[in-house]
Order: sequence, then structure tokens, then C-alpha cells
Amino acid sequence: MAAGQQWVLVEMVQAFYEAPAYHLILEGILILWIVRLLFFSKTYKPHETYKLTEKEKEDLIEEWQPEPLVPPVSKDHPSLNYDVVTGPPSHKIIINGKECTNFASFNFLGLLDSDRVKDKALASLKKYGVGTCGPRGFYGTFDVHLELESRLAKFMRTEEAIIYSYGFATIASAIPAYSKRGDIIFVDEAACFSIQKGLQASRSFIKYFKHNDMEDLERLLKEQELEDQKNPRKARVTRKFIVVEGLYINTADVCPLPELVRLKYKYKVRIFLEESMSFGVLGEHGKGVTEHFGVNIDDIDLISANMENAVASIGGFCCGRSFVIDHQRLSGQGYCFSASLPPMLAAAAIEALSIMEEDPEIFSVLKRRCSQVHQALQGIPGLKLVGVPFSPALHLQLERSSGCRSSDLQLLRSIVDHCLDRHVALTVARYLEKEERFMPPPSIRVVVTVEQTDEDIQKAVSCIREAASIFLR
Amino acid sequence: MAESPATKEADGEEVCRSLKNGLKPERNGSARSLHRNRKRQNDRRCQADEEEEEEEETTPQHDSLYSRPFTESFEETPMLVAVLTNVGYVILIIFGYLRDLLRHWKIEQRHIAREKEEQKDFVPLYRDFQNFYTRNLYMRIRDNWNRPICSVPGAKMDLMDRTSHDYNWTFEYNGRTMKDVINLGSYNYLGFAENTGPCADSAAQVVRTYGIGVASTRQEIGNLDKHEEMEKQVAKFLGVESAMAFGMGFATNSMNIPALVGKGCLILSDELNHTSLVLGARLSGATIRVFKHNNMQCLEKLLSEAIIYGQPRTHRPWKKILIVVEGIYSMEGSIVRLPEVITLKKRYKAYLYLDEAHSIGALGHRGRGVVDYFDLDPRDVDVLMGTFTKSFGAAGGYIAGKRELIEYLRSHSHSAVYAASMSPPVVEQIITSMKCIMGDDGTSIGCKRLQQLAENTTYFRRRLREMGFIIYGNDDSPVIPMMLYMPAKIGAFGREMLKKNIGVVVVGFPATSLVESRARFCISAAHSKEILDTALSAISEVGDVLQLKYSRRLTQNAPSAHLFAENMFEDIDD
Repeated sequence: MAAGQQWVLVEMVQAFYEAPAYHLILEGILILWIVRLLFFSKTYKPHETYKLTEKEKEDLIEEWQPEPLVPPVSKDHPSLNYDVVTGPPSHKIIINGKECTNFASFNFLGLLDSDRVKDKALASLKKYGVGTCGPRGFYGTFDVHLELESRLAKFMRTEEAIIYSYGFATIASAIPAYSKRGDIIFVDEAACFSIQKGLQASRSFIKYFKHNDMEDLERLLKEQELEDQKNPRKARVTRKFIVVEGLYINTADVCPLPELVRLKYKYKVRIFLEESMSFGVLGEHGKGVTEHFGVNIDDIDLISANMENAVASIGGFCCGRSFVIDHQRLSGQGYCFSASLPPMLAAAAIEALSIMEEDPEIFSVLKRRCSQVHQALQGIPGLKLVGVPFSPALHLQLERSSGCRSSDLQLLRSIVDHCLDRHVALTVARYLEKEERFMPPPSIRVVVTVEQTDEDIQKAVSCIREAASIFLR
Repeated sequence: MAESPATKEADGEEVCRSLKNGLKPERNGSARSLHRNRKRQNDRRCQADEEEEEEEETTPQHDSLYSRPFTESFEETPMLVAVLTNVGYVILIIFGYLRDLLRHWKIEQRHIAREKEEQKDFVPLYRDFQNFYTRNLYMRIRDNWNRPICSVPGAKMDLMDRTSHDYNWTFEYNGRTMKDVINLGSYNYLGFAENTGPCADSAAQVVRTYGIGVASTRQEIGNLDKHEEMEKQVAKFLGVESAMAFGMGFATNSMNIPALVGKGCLILSDELNHTSLVLGARLSGATIRVFKHNNMQCLEKLLSEAIIYGQPRTHRPWKKILIVVEGIYSMEGSIVRLPEVITLKKRYKAYLYLDEAHSIGALGHRGRGVVDYFDLDPRDVDVLMGTFTKSFGAAGGYIAGKRELIEYLRSHSHSAVYAASMSPPVVEQIITSMKCIMGDDGTSIGCKRLQQLAENTTYFRRRLREMGFIIYGNDDSPVIPMMLYMPAKIGAFGREMLKKNIGVVVVGFPATSLVESRARFCISAAHSKEILDTALSAISEVGDVLQLKYSRRLTQNAPSAHLFAENMFEDIDD
């Protein structure tokens, strides 16, 4: 082979010698042409023609007009002018100068007015002052925080609890602490707004199932199972969560927890339960929806609730097994990066827990009141009562919608105003229309508390009835 | 470990990491300023020395923008220290793996909480690997954080004594307390963390009359007269038309930025912005671009490019551009170059969101934050945000600005619709402390405190620098980061200081970059000269033992301290 190649080379050299001169000249020119093309020609650059001159840039900057920072709000926007409450927002509340019976604050157990709670808060104020001046990590952990955490854990019979300084931020921080990009969250359509914000912050895949529809959820879980079988490698690192509310704030009904737990173990999905409305309300001891259904609390991976409703303080907490909860101490953004809860508010929450522990009777009183109100609000012409009989925050929706949300709201608002004039404080449930994933129908919220007497309830119901007969014909 | 400025950016978010490429001479930008500009980027922290020389040959045009000398320094990390720090981390990581191996073979006891037996076959909730750092590095020095206190977080505090028998996995409280620990950690700038005095008294009064909670939202039935009063007061204090308050400072950012910008808008964010701002920006759905910390050239470049080239791919013009900056950066102790930011924002018609979490109350001769500090018009800032947690000794946050802005937020803010309103006594604390700062209570207490804070800050910074520590940040910032660098020194410094009865904050990765671990002192008006002197001598002693006096500036140019008082940044383009 080597010999053959050599022969070819020799032959080439020979051919070179034998070639006519004009041929060599032509080839020489061609080579020079290529060299020129390669190194000396101006290549065609499409970018250059688009390049802007300084002047043009200046003009563009001059020309650009941004949109206004915020769109103008019309003066008569329904949520621009708030009702002003003078004095304490307790059972008797003064709204816009009128004293009313409160059927609107989530003060289910009436602890807002409790002198015991106030005394404890005052004692704490005398000891610690108001603010904490720091996040939990940097001298913002007070002994009362540790006490409240252990008391909450004890109350809920979980291994650990963690407190946040803002109820809204609790579940909204807890979800993204665990669920990351690529993970999957199955969530009820009626989930409240702070859950929705948590989902958004987690950047996971969100799969909505129909409200309280376990068949729909199972269908989604089955779909996912098939998907997982196709790609087991990915499935091994994809965390899956179900996020539900104990008692839904938007629909006033309860989640089918036993069924959810069954699905959890069947499809190996973790359950996060938001109990802001049910904590301190449901169950014999106010432990919430787990106690209501007799579900083992260890089967729920994370329970979150705020302390702004039944507990009548500020802030929120998560509780569950240490394995789960402890992770938030470094990953819960609302926990790590925010100033801690003012100690006096924590002290108030501790005292509220003590009251709840000492007198579990309060929960059966609340339950009785709830069913009483639920009973009384049945059959108001034009209005439809939404919610389970043991829910302390019920919704009255229009039986027939006019088809236009704002005129529906206007109608409901006039009912509320009518009642306000007759010293019954109610409120229209407020939502951000553009932000909600699934907008609940407009409604009047009726909140039941243990402080309401038979007379109060009777009066409120007759007011609503009267208003309905005036405005909804 | 908290307060991470969240330097990690999500994929897809563009980061202006380098100016070298593509920087074009501006209208009147000279080649030399370009050249100097490049030098700075090579190491933004090494400017101190070269600046001094440069100052002599150039007269910065924008001097007029600043009403006072703007002195900020970030001394370069000594090379040897940087190398040793990295070696330290390598050793820690090797040992970490070794111990993980021992744990795996069950030679070393595992302390970490375990997953429930029935759920062992679930997808792990978090990967073990993710917690490597926590388990093997953080756990060694965990006793420096979350120290529980059991008194007012004032100039001195009482700490709960705690011991750990399992190398910081769990703590035991023996019921004893450490009395009168000097507090250099709390953000109690004006000393309003008090349990006596007019603020505490009127808060107590409000507890009696109003109670603790509200149990409703602002839009429903939780809008108390106290809230309205406080908001009017805040607007008056800041010198703007209107203000709105929210129950949590973190949520003020994360829930209101989405109300202001959205898809098709651009957010220009400082790389060291607080997590809450980063979260808010992400939730908004707007495009986020990050500029180098306090670097006005980078900001201007991003601004002009954004306007000229519009949105990526579609090339539509941006709907609006929002510049998001902080007043004082809590980890660097630096102050935003607000006069320049405002000039830029006006020139490019962008909007400005100023987070005054640390600066409100702590800066300015009237305590009205960074705007007051530079003697600017608060109306030039579109969105003034701040917290009540720090200088006011309360809790929550506010947004202030034009009437239209606040009206929009009142009707569209997430917090007004879905979150419980603020606790009345906390609101009262804000009202009284703010009145005190404004002098509306008829005393000069507030004024004195502001003065005291400024004096304390200057004194503390000067003394630390004289001792030879590397101190970051602006000369007038009460947040004083002192560099420790090496991971072992984080724990050692925190513990040694506590032995001397001084509580300090130490921070390391991930709140700072890996090399730049630091201690952070927050100066308060409540600190007396004796307290500061005690603290300083303790810091000096511990600094000698741990060899923390890294600064080489002292030996190099001891007599030229006055040179720092000159403005050391060159002109922007206008």
C-alpha cells in the first residue's frame, strides 16, 4: 500500500511538470482568489445594518412612554373606601359610628374580648416591650416563642410546631419550602388565596381537582401513576403533594379527610392541610378536622393554621412530625427572613390555648350555635345558604344570579347595608377578581361566634330576611 | 443564616454580571472613564486604593448630586486569607463526607429526625444530599443562632442559658439566664424596644381598650380607626400624600410588587436585594434583570438597553420598568446611591421602588430614611416601602407614595383582602414612636436619639477601623459588617464574644458569599458610650486571639483617612 501511495505522489509531481503554463497560471489565480475571499473580503454581516446609531438610541429612549405605575381607580370603586371600626372589633362593634352585633369577624370563640388574654398580653408587654427587632435567627427568638411552639405541639399532639409572624405567610411559605420546581401538587379548586400564593411561589406543576371530588383527584393520581411508570427514573425524584383545606373558607364545607388519607397511602402522596378555619373550631377539643374525623394526626404530613381566627391573636403556625417541620426552620422564607412575632401576641396565643384546653365545652357551644344559625338561615327567599351545619363561617349566595358579578355584589352589599342600619354587622366576602384562580360566586359571609345569644341570632336572621324581601324580588 | 440576600437567581432571569462586553462610550463618556470602569469590575472591592489616586485627576461631575460626602468601602480580601478560607471549607467538606460515611455504617449516631416508617417508600421529602451543609457545617456552630432571649431586646438583654449534649442537635434549657448581655444584634436602631416609657404605656392602654387581635381583614371588617390614624401619621412622617400599612414587612414586599408590575414589565433589581423583594419580583411574573450591587453604570446600561431593544424575542417595548433598591443593605452595610438612581430613573422614565427596611428611622437628620439622608424630595421616589420592625420597635411594613398608588393598593393589595389586619397595640407603638421621632410628643427625645445613633455609628466604625478590622459599608450606616472570612472563626467569634457577655450576629454562607463570612453589629441609640467601649475592647481582644485584624489599609495609608471623605465614584452620564 505504502508503495502504491508513493507512486501516486510521484505521478502527481510528474503531472505538475507536464502541465501547460496557462493551466498553472489559472490555478495560481484561483488560489489567490480563495485567499482573498477568506482573509481580505468584507463579509456580509446582517447585524451591522441593524446597528443603531447613538442618535437613534437617544431618540428611542426619548420616545418610550411607560404605562402609569398603577391604573387609576375610580372614586366609587367598591373596595376603595373601607368601613371604619371605632374601638375594639369585639362582639359589639361600632362600624361607621353605628353600634352593631358582630356577625363578621372570625372571632369564633370570643377570645378577642377575653380579659384573661388581655392580662397575659399586658404582662408580656411589661416584660418584653412590643417589637422583637429581629428575625428568629438573630436574637428574635424569645422564650415565649419556644413556649408557644411547644404548647401548640402539645395541643395538637404532634412532635413539633413552628410559628410564623403572619397568618397569610404561613402556608404560603410552607408549601415552597418542600415543593420545588418539577414537583407536583394536587390541589382543590376552592383552595384559599394564601395556598394559591404558596403554589405560585413553589413553581411546581399544579393540578387542580374539582372541589371535594375524590374521584376527580383519584383520576389525576392514576394519570400521574401511569406517567410515572413510563418514566420511573423521574418519578423517583418527583415529590407529590395534596394540598387541601380542613374547612374551606370559600365554600364553608369540610374536606373528606379519611378518603384523602386512603389516597395518600395508595398513591404515596403527602398531604398538607390548611386549618385556619377549623383549628379551634372542629372536634371535641378544637384540634380541627383530624379530630373531627378521628384521623390519626401523624397521617397528615403538615398542618398549618393561622392564629388570627379562633385564637384571636396574630400569626400562624405549622405542626407535624419533626422530620417535616424542622426543615422549615432553614427553608421557610417567611420564617427565616421575617421579624418574629411580637412576644405579647405570642403570650396572648398561649393564654388562648390555655382557655381552650381548660374548657373544651366551648367547642360544643360553638357547634350548637353553628347549627342553630345554619337552621335559621334556611329558606330565605332569594338567598341560598352554602356550608355545612358545623361551619362557623357560612355563605349566603344569590339564588338567581343576574349574570353580572358587580350588580350581584351591589345587591348583596345593599342587604349588608340594610342590616348594618339595623345594628347587625355582616360583610360581603371579598376577593381579588383578577387574581383568584377559580372565582367563588359572590356571597355574604355570616360568622358565628359563641358570644351571640339566641336573640342576636334571631334579630340578625330577621334582618337578613327583611332585606332579602326588599331587595330580591 | 437568615437574611440571605438571595444572590442565586432563577434560570431564565438575566444577570448583568459583566460590563466588559458591549459597553459603548456614552455621549460624553470618555475612553478613560471606560477604562477605569473596567478596572473596577475586575474587582469591585479593591477600589479603595486606586480611587484615591484617581480622585486627584478627576473632578466628579455628579458631586453636586450628593449633599454630603458619600464614603463607602469594601476592602479587598487578602489573598492568603481567601486561600485559607477555601482550604477550610475543603477540610470541612471532606470531614463531612467521612462522617456521613460513618453514619451510614451506623458507627456514628444519627441525630437527625427520621421519616415515618410507613412513608419510607415515598419520594423523599428533601434529599439527604441537600442537607449536607446543614448537617455537617451549620450544625457544628448552630449555637450561634436562635439564641432565645427573655427580656426586652434593648441595649442589654437576658439570654436563656442552653447546653447541648449531642453537638448542637438538641438544646437543653437549664432554666438559668445570662443577665445583661450587651446586644449588638437587634435592629433596635432608635432604642424603641422598651418596656417602659410613653410608647409601652400607650400600647398597654390600647391592649385594654382594643384587645389583641382583629380577626378580620382591612376590606371586610378589620379596618380600625387606629389603622387609619397610623397611616395618616406615616404619610405625614414621610412627606408623601398617602400611605398604607401591612402586618408583616416581608409580606409587604412579596405581596405588593405583584400588584404593581406584571407580565411585560421589567424589574431591575440590585443583586443583594432581600429575599422578600426577590420573591415579590418572581411572583409578579415580570422579567427580572439584576444589576451589580450599587453599580450605577450597570443600572444605566440595563436601563438604556431595555428601552432600546424592548422585550426579548417579541421586541415590544416594555410596559414599565421598576427599579428595586434598598436603603441600607443589611448584609453589606452600604447605602444606596439614591441621588444617582433618581437621576437615572427620571432620565429613563422608570419607576423606583425603595425598600427602607433598615434605613427608615436610622438615617437622615430627621430620621426619615435615606431620602432624608440625601436631602431629596420623597416625591421623587415612586414607591417608598419600609418596615416598623426595626427603628420603631413594632412589627409590620408600609408602602407610601402618591394618592393614586395607595388607592390602587387599598383596592388591589392581597394583604388588604386576605390577611388579618394589624394588632392594635402594635399600631399604637408605631404611632407613639413615630410621634417621638417627629418631636410631635413635645419632647426632644426623638431628636436626641437620632443624634446619638449617628454619633454611636461614627464612633464604632472609626474605632473598629483603627483597630485594624476590615469593615464593610458606608460610614454612616448603623449596620456594621466586620469580616471574619474563615468558617471556623464564625463559630469561634460568636462563642468568645458570648463568653464576654456580648451577643453578636455572625453570618456565613449562604447569606454571604462562601469566602466573606462576617460578624454584623447593629448600633443602637440606646447604646451608651460605656457599653460601646466595653464591646469594642472585647472585640479587640477576641480579634487578637482569632487574628481577625486583617486590614492592611492602616499600615499603608494611615494618615490619609481624610481622603476617604471624598467622593470616590465617577460621573454618570447626566
